[in-house]
Amino acid sequence: MAEGRPGEGLAGTGKEPVLRIRGVSKSFGAVQALKNVDFEVYPDEVVALCGDNGAGKSTLINIITGVFPPDSGEVFFQGERVEFSSPQDARERGIETVYQDLAAAPHLDAVANMFLGREKYRRGILGRLGFLDHKTMRREAEEQLKRLKIRVQDIRKPVSTFSGGMRKGVVVARAAMWASRLIVMDEPTAALGVNQVRVVLDIIRKVRDSGIPVIFISHSLPEVFEVADRIVVLRLGQVAAELDPGSCSMDDVVAAMTGSTGGGRAA
Amino acid sequence: MKLAVRLRTKDGREPGLRRFGISSVFIFLILLALIVIFAILEGDAFLSGKNFMNIAVDASELLLMAIGMTFVIITAGIDLSVGAMLVLSSVVAANTMVSLSGTPQQVHHYVYPHQNVAIPVGILVGLAVGVVCGLINGLVITRLKLTPFIATLGTLGLYLGTAQILSGGVNVPYVPPAVQSQIGTRDLFGVLPVPIAVAIVAVVIAALALRQTRFGRYTYAIGSSAEAARKAGINVERHLLKVYVLSGFLSGLAGIIDLARFNTASPGTHTLDNLNVISAVVIGGASLFGGIGSILGSVVGTFIPAVLQNGFIIEGVQAFWQQATIGVILILAVYIDQRRKSAEERS
Repeated sequence: MAEGRPGEGLAGTGKEPVLRIRGVSKSFGAVQALKNVDFEVYPDEVVALCGDNGAGKSTLINIITGVFPPDSGEVFFQGERVEFSSPQDARERGIETVYQDLAAAPHLDAVANMFLGREKYRRGILGRLGFLDHKTMRREAEEQLKRLKIRVQDIRKPVSTFSGGMRKGVVVARAAMWASRLIVMDEPTAALGVNQVRVVLDIIRKVRDSGIPVIFISHSLPEVFEVADRIVVLRLGQVAAELDPGSCSMDDVVAAMTGSTGGGRAA
Repeated sequence: MKLAVRLRTKDGREPGLRRFGISSVFIFLILLALIVIFAILEGDAFLSGKNFMNIAVDASELLLMAIGMTFVIITAGIDLSVGAMLVLSSVVAANTMVSLSGTPQQVHHYVYPHQNVAIPVGILVGLAVGVVCGLINGLVITRLKLTPFIATLGTLGLYLGTAQILSGGVNVPYVPPAVQSQIGTRDLFGVLPVPIAVAIVAVVIAALALRQTRFGRYTYAIGSSAEAARKAGINVERHLLKVYVLSGFLSGLAGIIDLARFNTASPGTHTLDNLNVISAVVIGGASLFGGIGSILGSVVGTFIPAVLQNGFIIEGVQAFWQQATIGVILILAVYIDQRRKSAEERS
């Protein structure tokens, strides 16, 4: 399937970044998880965040999604300096996260899951009382799934009856539905079968093509090369390299991750 | 890779039976079968409207608690303190009515000059006691992070002990008889006993709330996956608090009904209400693991033991058989539900 799109979306193409992180550091006790990290996300790109365990990927993601603030450094979102106080705060700004473990309620159907925490209410007094507008929610969920060409067996069956890939599809569709600016996907393909991984990667591309940039974290380099427009490698809490998947090899990425030789542009 | 969109939309109705209901249908059939069997065996003695009213009045208190328990169990919780909250609410309500409706001398001579104020105030105080008890349950569970089982086992002792201290362990005497005549044994429009009317209103509101509102949606979501609910931005702790308060309120309401029906508060009774209510809700198709359950199912699950007991009594069968039969039905209902679930997972 499609390789990364060489040249497109690479840093320095002149576009304003959606997200810009400047000199961010974060320590947990004696462990410095991030040291003076710079990181950008541009519109219309999939940025892959690579690194060995403990390289600082999760810490960086948690700062971006408002789980905790950095010790120092600045986060700019859409050109504006921000300090997210909570994941809710980041979400309200249009940043959605797809978590590693499935964040779906298995007994609820696809529609309920896609609108979970953001239900639509009926008009008038019933809406005030918390009555749900099932029809509108179902219609919008169908439209969203159709837009991303995600096929589900039955939108009104509990998602526990779905395959792992379909369930992930619902969760990603939910993120894409609410993310107006940025989607962070923390190992969305973990524990999925080959075909299901295809489905998820396909969705990631569709999300990008719909104009929402994606930060994609994966341990699988073939997946990264298949879907990413740009690869940022973290090592020991620092940006070790920023690579163009169109002009580098997996060996270059591995080298940057392990620190044997710097591939691409060392930071 | 071309992915076709295949969405089955059918009609605009919410999935009722399809989603939660296979076991609900099954237990509904059991209830129907029981009614048919007793109708054939006993004819008019069982089938009369009067008899059905009796069954429903007897079941009304359990039904109210079963409604609250349905919400609790759907969140994957449990509330063992429902019977204790019922007793404490009715004792406090009774004491309030007795002490407000006249001087001790007047009351001891069954004279109640202020009962028009005392009775409504007593009812409100009793309901408030239920709410406070539910709040304590919710706080112990969400703040102290105790499992619902242990938390409500502890508060069961607390509430029951308090009720017995307040009543001296005996039925509260001198409750104004107007409570009974005006509420407990009164028929609305000459046909509908107040306890049944209260239960019907509660069932309708609860069924709507569970299926149609955000409150119900969050209840299912939390029981299905508290983590997913939290990640979706739902305040899980606050919602659980509300659910346990609801259970407390409905237990308090059942306490008021109990007080009104028997014209006294009996701290020595209702000790097995919690287990009866839990088994009614589980027979009704709710899963103790959370995420599954329905009000309609719990109503049916409450009426199966009630119909059995009534039928056995009319038939002259020892009432102990009812208890044994319910045990078997409980096991069957859960077994069939588990079979269904594992079949669903295999497909």
